[in-house]
Amino acid sequence: MGTRSAREVATQASAEQNERFRALAAAQLPRLYGLARRLAGDDAEDAVQECLLKAYRGYGRLGDEMAGPAWLTSILVNCCRDRGRARARHPAEVDLDSLDEFSLYRKIADEDPFPYSDSLHLDFLHQFGADDVRAVLASLPERYRIPLVLTYMDGWATKEVARMLDLPLGTVLAQLHRGRKLFEKRLWEYAETHGLLKEPIGD
Amino acid sequence: MISCAEAVRQLWEYLDGTVGQAQSAAIEEHLSLCRRCCGEAEFAAELRAFLVAHADHDIPPQAHARLLAALTELIDQP
Repeated sequence: MGTRSAREVATQASAEQNERFRALAAAQLPRLYGLARRLAGDDAEDAVQECLLKAYRGYGRLGDEMAGPAWLTSILVNCCRDRGRARARHPAEVDLDSLDEFSLYRKIADEDPFPYSDSLHLDFLHQFGADDVRAVLASLPERYRIPLVLTYMDGWATKEVARMLDLPLGTVLAQLHRGRKLFEKRLWEYAETHGLLKEPIGD
Repeated sequence: MISCAEAVRQLWEYLDGTVGQAQSAAIEEHLSLCRRCCGEAEFAAELRAFLVAHADHDIPPQAHARLLAALTELIDQP
């Protein structure tokens, strides 16, 4: 059996690593892109591209292959956050005091927008199309939107989200709590301002 | 029994499985007896499902092709 030079061994190891990275990144692309659309809007493709570059450069430091999807996600979230900061928009102030009192369930029941409906609350949700939901989410400040999207749309456990965002679990849970409340409130406000409170079936 | 306000405040955490066993039992007890909070709990579950349904992991074919090309270029660069 011929002996291989150290360089040949290193080249092969590097080629194998490249193929592992290619397989991981290619498999995760649709999910990463969907997530980036929620977090960076129109900048999604650029954010994913930047994430690929950073991930490729750092791939050697990823010890556990199984952790690949979470690792890519945390890199992408940081790319999206940087873009959010670069845009430097001033997020609308959120009145946190009134937020805790808000219940979309009660609001719908009290306002009764569809008096002939047997499933008032579901009918309310069904009024929202994909673009409407995207717009409502985009209106949330980043600190609420990111944990909400990672937990409920991307399906990560809150402990994992805390690791990805490098925040204490308690902080993430508090952001999620407020994020959900704010999402409920903004759904109602959006429905009011975009004419979604009309009877779904003609009379 | 815990109050409606307390039960409702923890509904999502209860659905997420992030409350302790004792709190979870207290919320379940409350829900089994309180019709209004039952409605709140049902709606919270619907809203969760609504978010999941709008997760949208589709990628437009052109963006997909561009990103795959970028990946190839990144890896196969000399």
